[in-house]
Amino acid sequence: MAEKVLLGDEAVALGAIHSGLSNAYGYPGTPSSEIMEYLIKYSRKTEKIHASWCSNEKTAYEDALGVSLAGKRSIVTMKHVGLNVAADPFINSALLKINGGLVIVVADDPGMHSSQDEQDSRFFADFAKVPCFEPVNQQEAYEMTGEAFEVSEKYHVPVMIRLVTRLAHSRAVVVTGEEKEQNRMKKAEDKNTWMLLPALARKQWVTLLGKYEEFKKDSENSPLNPLYLNPDFKKYGVITTGLGKNYYLENMPELSDKPSHLHVGVYPIPEDKIKKLAQHAEKIIVIEEGYPFLESRLRGILKQPVEIEGKMDGKVPPTGELNPDNVRPALGLPVRKALAEVEQLPGRPPQLCQGCPHIDSYNAIKGALASYSESVVTSDIGCYALGALPPYSAIETIICMGASVGTAKGAAEAGLKPAVAVIGDSTFYHSGMTALVDAVAADTPMTLVILDNCIVAMTGGQETIVPTSKLESVIKGLGVDPAHIKTIVPLKKNHEENVEILKKEIAHEGLSVVLSVRECIEETKRRLKKGKGNK
Amino acid sequence: MKFDIILAGVGGQGVLSLAAIIATGAMKDNLKVRQSEVHGMAQRGGAVLSHLRISDSEISSDLVAKGTASLIISMEPLEVLRYVDYLSPDGSVVTASEPFVNIPDYPDIEVIYGKIKKLKNHKIVESLELAKKAGTSRAANMVIIGAASSVLPVSAGSLQAAVEELFSSKGKDVVDINLKAFALGAE
Ligand code: SF4
Repeated sequence: MAEKVLLGDEAVALGAIHSGLSNAYGYPGTPSSEIMEYLIKYSRKTEKIHASWCSNEKTAYEDALGVSLAGKRSIVTMKHVGLNVAADPFINSALLKINGGLVIVVADDPGMHSSQDEQDSRFFADFAKVPCFEPVNQQEAYEMTGEAFEVSEKYHVPVMIRLVTRLAHSRAVVVTGEEKEQNRMKKAEDKNTWMLLPALARKQWVTLLGKYEEFKKDSENSPLNPLYLNPDFKKYGVITTGLGKNYYLENMPELSDKPSHLHVGVYPIPEDKIKKLAQHAEKIIVIEEGYPFLESRLRGILKQPVEIEGKMDGKVPPTGELNPDNVRPALGLPVRKALAEVEQLPGRPPQLCQGCPHIDSYNAIKGALASYSESVVTSDIGCYALGALPPYSAIETIICMGASVGTAKGAAEAGLKPAVAVIGDSTFYHSGMTALVDAVAADTPMTLVILDNCIVAMTGGQETIVPTSKLESVIKGLGVDPAHIKTIVPLKKNHEENVEILKKEIAHEGLSVVLSVRECIEETKRRLKKGKGNK
Repeated sequence: MKFDIILAGVGGQGVLSLAAIIATGAMKDNLKVRQSEVHGMAQRGGAVLSHLRISDSEISSDLVAKGTASLIISMEPLEVLRYVDYLSPDGSVVTASEPFVNIPDYPDIEVIYGKIKKLKNHKIVESLELAKKAGTSRAANMVIIGAASSVLPVSAGSLQAAVEELFSSKGKDVVDINLKAFALGAE
């Protein structure tokens, strides 16, 4: 037993190591990246596990499935929108007879600190019909990871752990336990449980529904779903999920009565416990971090015998992150008096770093498009999305990983020309490549500019899956006409030359790809600083 | 005992190492600690905010509630004003005096100082000048910890030990400069 100060993300990573983890895969995404960073560091230091980034969340998940097939324990990490990408293998793998324990950790971002939506991954766990653990602090994150592996091997299902930003990125002391041995390699015995041919999948589906009944029973009996009943106070009861519990506890000392309380830490939802709580309360207040997942189940469509309050009637804010203040009105507590009010202040949004290569790329693209009365520039997910803000105002769409390529293609094919797509190197490998193949097939008149800063910058500087030196051969390999693959170096002194090259390619009545290559200056600094100097 | 701190500044000013040092110091004094931060986009000149909670009993929430913070520590004066509603009625402010101007509409600095000076307990510290005196402008955040040390519920010895720990891998000179910056701030 030892004590360690860990981020929520790191607590999951260490929990996995101590549960006999063999392999770990993921794609960087705030707020989940630190899980893999911890595991990669550990694997480099000890060589006991294999941990590596992948091209995207789907390939990461499929790698983990292979590890499970071989009988070893694996973990896959991603942010919430990454699960959209990995949804296909995730949902289908619930029908397999998981062999080595497989745990998928998804970090949601309520409040959209660094994301394009606030989707709630509990819906995905429910959709796939697999158990989902939701820790409320670092200690639980550590312990639940171990439990998730046990459940995964006991029932032969993948198991989800759902984190949120506020837990992933906060630190506290974790008391750690024993380190378990890794599984030996032991191939899955029955291949009929790993081939989802319709005839076999139909059987597996029935099996999964049977397992689901067991998950429900376990939820009812789990100490992670504690129910406190106060027979002397019936005015209202409280249900919390996720970090809602912490904010409830924070305010509890101010409540005049002690209401009955159910906290849900593991899913499926423990329905009997909710029924018991309802017998002790005329009203139920639901405080959950994320979408009103549990609340919507409680409400159903027809009138309820018990009054329900929560996000769906606005008693708890339906958008953004919960905090110790915004749960107070639902609990009937007044706003606390502060020493001073916050006045209207100018914001300080994140900006492209001074000297960032993207600045010169955007200036060149704007220069090249200046003579057209109409054009469109689609963009993507990464630092370069900050090109949306003044003084650049250089881009018009930001949707999801890889979307810039297909969106420009569709726009061009609808007659909106010239169409330019900009995408980062890592985002291109993540999910821009397949769309480029579509554009090659159609020889769509559009220009793809790959902003190659030689690193995954926005999430803190992870290595791109394929180094810059190979990018051009990848583009050629996808079938782009070599005469219309150009490379520029985005620097102020090259501006005129870069504008000319871009102009020519934009005017070309077919597909062209321009590689704009210069290292992220933050990465350059990190490289130079490594191991020396004051921080 | 419960002592909640809001730490503020701009990405790159060392706000998170500041939080780490206070947290480490508090743990050396056997106190319980929770520290929350939002990273990611914040690396590029954006506002940075960290919540640090210190207590001798269990802490539930990672976030400080409005109107309950004992202290705001900021590496930048404008950033103080963004979070004053977190301060409890007798809360304090310790801030660096130097404005970090990377936005076009940065307000008049004198107006900002005026508003900070209206708060009950405030300390505006010439952190850059003192850091240079210690040996490097990059130790400005250590000056600020020094300046806050009289208000913090953590012993000066534990804070200094935490500073040493954080910089030990960078050699004795770096440790000494940072300790000197701490001492100058504390004066
Ligand atoms: S981190 Fe790198 S890529 Fe991102 S804005 Fe800064 S210099 Fe540009």
